[in-house]
Amino acid sequence: MAKKLRKAYVGLIMAFLYAPIVMLILYSFNNSKSRAKWGGFTLKWYRELFADEAIMSALGTTLSIGILAAVISTALGTVGAIALFQMKRRPRQAMLSVVNLPMLNSEVVTGVSLMLLFAMARIQLGYVTLLLSHVAFCVPYVVLSVMPKLRQLDPNLAEAAQDLGATPLQGFFRVILPDIMPGVFSGFIMALTMSIDDFVVSFFTTGSGVSNLSITIYTMAKRGISPKINALSTIIFVCVFVLLIGINLSDLRKDPRSQDKVDKVRIPY
Amino acid sequence: MKRNKALAVPFMLWAAIFIVVPLVMIVWYGVTVEEPIPYTEIVQEDGTTVFQLEDGSVTAVRPQKKTVVSLSNFRRMFEPTYLRLLLRSFKVAIITTLICLLLGYPVALILTGTDFKRPALWLMLLILPMWMNFLLRTYSWMSILENNGILNNWIASLREMLPAFDEWLTSRGVRRRIIFLYNENAVILGMVYNYLSFMIMPIYTVIEKIDKSLLEAAADLGASPVKSFTRVTLPYSIPGVLEGITMVFVPAVTTFVISQLMGGGKVPLIGDIIQNQFGKSSDWHFGATLSLLVMVVVLAFMGALNKIDKDDEPVKEVRIL
Repeated sequence: MAKKLRKAYVGLIMAFLYAPIVMLILYSFNNSKSRAKWGGFTLKWYRELFADEAIMSALGTTLSIGILAAVISTALGTVGAIALFQMKRRPRQAMLSVVNLPMLNSEVVTGVSLMLLFAMARIQLGYVTLLLSHVAFCVPYVVLSVMPKLRQLDPNLAEAAQDLGATPLQGFFRVILPDIMPGVFSGFIMALTMSIDDFVVSFFTTGSGVSNLSITIYTMAKRGISPKINALSTIIFVCVFVLLIGINLSDLRKDPRSQDKVDKVRIPY
Repeated sequence: MKRNKALAVPFMLWAAIFIVVPLVMIVWYGVTVEEPIPYTEIVQEDGTTVFQLEDGSVTAVRPQKKTVVSLSNFRRMFEPTYLRLLLRSFKVAIITTLICLLLGYPVALILTGTDFKRPALWLMLLILPMWMNFLLRTYSWMSILENNGILNNWIASLREMLPAFDEWLTSRGVRRRIIFLYNENAVILGMVYNYLSFMIMPIYTVIEKIDKSLLEAAADLGASPVKSFTRVTLPYSIPGVLEGITMVFVPAVTTFVISQLMGGGKVPLIGDIIQNQFGKSSDWHFGATLSLLVMVVVLAFMGALNKIDKDDEPVKEVRIL
């Protein structure tokens, strides 16, 4: 009885979380522009979606900014984490708290502060400022996910590599990087997700007609969101859903009671 | 690893430009205002205009506004209009955080138990909705809750089917179309919806890590399930709870999108005023002052939580057992 109640409670919370998503998916197949009436099943929004230049270009911006920002911030964050790791304790603590600031600050403050920076530097707001801002708020997350892996690293390994004649660069790519790769990878995924999902920072740091999906949706929300956007997010959601379920099930099959599965689930942060 | 100073330089440069300088800019804009420079226009005989400043000097270019250090924006912040919005932001954020904690803690607790065979799968299902753009999900709530929305339609058809239910509702003064949207409760619903997973995740992670033998020991020593919860699970889960509180409170106190969508502009919060200062009202200095306030409040809040975390060593509690 108690067990059933507990399961029902989790089910109820799930229903709360999925209710708007189910609605959204349903209405992407709705043959009526109104969001309150059901006008029969249709696929026309999916067809029209790919012909809509504004949405397609916003999707392009979101994806290109996401990938570029993730690649740049992963490189920068990994180098930064190694640099921080090599510092003495006190300067490292000081630098770490500076690097953590963007994560502690609310997004509004980060967005506003970057906007003021670009205004001071007299850089016209647009694609470049959007990219720079995304790199700026992604780097701390990469540092955060690489640091623990560096702590686990055997310090003798890199020295051994250099004793055996490897240049520092070879030592890095052959010895250090493979060992910290899981951290680098989860940092990359985190950066990509954060960038694709971001609205607030983008809102303050873009301009001259450059807009990503979030900003397009925000602009639309005031007049009414086109069912084409519903169609697009249904496609994205289904892709992510299949991917994550796939990863999760294959994990479970390998080792049903594995504890580190939690790590995988946390990646979306 | 050999120390390599060359690595640190580009990274520190980056941190200086993209973290330190922007924050300094907020402080600078926050403590300054723009003032017009007083001048008189003089049309000369040849038809050109020159501008005479108060000190008597004459220039050919129209004097621009000057930036002066002033704390007047801090006074403005405490004007009743803005003070009311500040207090409302905190109220809404605190209520949201409490609801998330009350709803989320049991979920984390249940998922770490033995009820579900695949807790990781359920946990993933809990955070999966976050992969759909949050603006869209919030917008979708609007179509559920609006006056002609799905919920009202359901209630309406239920009333037609069950006349007794209809009479009961009418006798209690419930309108035919219930207004769910565009008030403070709608904003709170939107926030709870968006931030609930932020509360569940850290609590789950912490409870999951609790050594199960502690709970077994508690049971062996005769503690009831309630007692072993209050003496073992609860104290050990405090760090997760505090992290969850931070992850919900910080975005909740500064959001401007959820309040605009769910509140329909009728429930402006501090985030809305900040956004306005950089948009329509275009008073960057005041916007920066407000951002500065938000920053200080959030950092102070987290400092306070950190202190609770340190004071609350669960180890002491467990030794008593």
